[in-house]
Amino acid sequence: MSFRGYEAVIGIEVHVQLKTASKMFCADATEFEAGDNENTSPVSVGMPGTLPVVNKKAIEFSIKTGLALGCEIRKKSVFARKNYFYPDLPKGYQISQFDLPLCENGKISFKVDGVEKTISITRAHMEEDAGKSNHSGEYTLINLNRAGMPLLEIVSGPDMRTPAEAAEYGRTIRQIVRYLDVCDGNLEEGSMRCDCNVSVMKEGSTKFGTKVEIKNINSFRFVEKAVEFEIDRQIDLVERGEKILQETRLWDPDKNKTFSMRTKEDAQDYRYFPDPDLLPVTVTDAMIAKFRSELPELPLARAKRFVSAHGLPEYDALVLTSEKELADFYEATTKVCNNHKASSNWIMTELLRELNQANKEISQSPITPEMLGRLIGFIDEGKISGKIAKAVFAEMWVSGKDPDTVIKEKNLVQISDAGAVEKIIDEVLAANAQQVADYRGGRTKLFGFFVGAVMKASKGQANPDVVNKVLLEKLKG
Amino acid sequence: MIDPKTIAHIAKLARLEVSAEEASRYSGDLSKALGYFEQISKVDTQGVEPLVTPSEMQPFWREDEAKREFTAEEMTANAPEKMGNLFKVPPVV
Repeated sequence: MSFRGYEAVIGIEVHVQLKTASKMFCADATEFEAGDNENTSPVSVGMPGTLPVVNKKAIEFSIKTGLALGCEIRKKSVFARKNYFYPDLPKGYQISQFDLPLCENGKISFKVDGVEKTISITRAHMEEDAGKSNHSGEYTLINLNRAGMPLLEIVSGPDMRTPAEAAEYGRTIRQIVRYLDVCDGNLEEGSMRCDCNVSVMKEGSTKFGTKVEIKNINSFRFVEKAVEFEIDRQIDLVERGEKILQETRLWDPDKNKTFSMRTKEDAQDYRYFPDPDLLPVTVTDAMIAKFRSELPELPLARAKRFVSAHGLPEYDALVLTSEKELADFYEATTKVCNNHKASSNWIMTELLRELNQANKEISQSPITPEMLGRLIGFIDEGKISGKIAKAVFAEMWVSGKDPDTVIKEKNLVQISDAGAVEKIIDEVLAANAQQVADYRGGRTKLFGFFVGAVMKASKGQANPDVVNKVLLEKLKG
Repeated sequence: MIDPKTIAHIAKLARLEVSAEEASRYSGDLSKALGYFEQISKVDTQGVEPLVTPSEMQPFWREDEAKREFTAEEMTANAPEKMGNLFKVPPVV
């Protein structure tokens, strides 16, 4: 895609905080709500003489994520020390992986504006998080609750070309780690962080421009905006004949712009070396096979199955698979009623609308898949009309009662018995003698008026098909 | 060759204050020490995999169980300065 005759090159680093109960190298708890420095111990504050011990679950989550991203899993990966000084890094180094990361050479696919796009995953490596600094100007306060939290850093190839692709890539990574249940994907709380590397080059060029890293982006909408802003800013610089500095910039969501945090002129020198306190992470084929067998069906594959096996429109399939719980809900519903399209429609229009309005997650829905499936079944059996079903649905949402109970309590069963319908029709015709005469005189457009009157008289419970049929007969005279 | 400029760079990375006079002294000392180690690079390592650790044992991994064995007060007790249970350090930005 061309931006004023330039092409943008975007690569993304995503830090995924793994959903373990304890930290990467010690047993401190990981919960977000803890008081200041409450989740710390001699290991996480970097006391001399302490030793790190690897969290088994963090390895499992990392391998599963690597597999889901189509990566090769290295049988023997190595933890390395990344050395730099900062007060929230108590040891003076971060334990990370450098030249021998756990996962490499993967790829993921997703759709952008209906077109499938594949982005390479260069690597995914394990590391520990740093603590949190709070700067006041006169001093800095340090909370080490986050120090040592297990992270998986997922690095994409420089494969994205538009802001929309960058945002969709981020959403896809989030969707995958949430499907795997290895990260809650909360950008605002920082359990997932997105850094974008952006450069521009003249269209047709193969030589990338100087890249700028953008940090502090806490939503995918902002990923799109920040990348868009950065592309424009860089093109402006190049057009004016100025040099693009290799630097880290922060996104300011209020001002809708990026600003410089630090230049990388004297290239950082982290002096990586293998951490002598930790043995290499050795992974067996059996472990990989076991984790692979435990992987859930991934979003895009599931969406494709909903299209091919259930006959759903692609749009429906993509919406329903956006979250694992939603896709599970849909599958459970359609299993009950065996009506794929109706299940999809009810979930996408009625249920999602109610959930959005109530600001609830699908897991908090008072209507279960069983209840919704039965409701759809009742419509298909002709027990209730689609219109009544909406009223039943509303009542189910409020009361949490199953559809059988709601229909019984509110006496909403559809009147399909021809005799009963005939009786209502007779009354309606008797009360509207003039219109009947007009209809028989040729004003057949009045048919709709009669249908409406009958439905109204039956409080919406008359079966519309039966009404139509009997009414036609009766009006013939 | 470890010249005084390299010494200044290393000192900066290590957050050490090194005077010009010290830098030139360390430059000689370090060059000598490194020269000594350079003998190792003469060994023919053709076809030898880089060694990460000499101990080829199964790593020990911990079960994912959270424990709270220390209070925030204890963990910040040695801090030269603190505010509440937070470490207080000179301003960094």
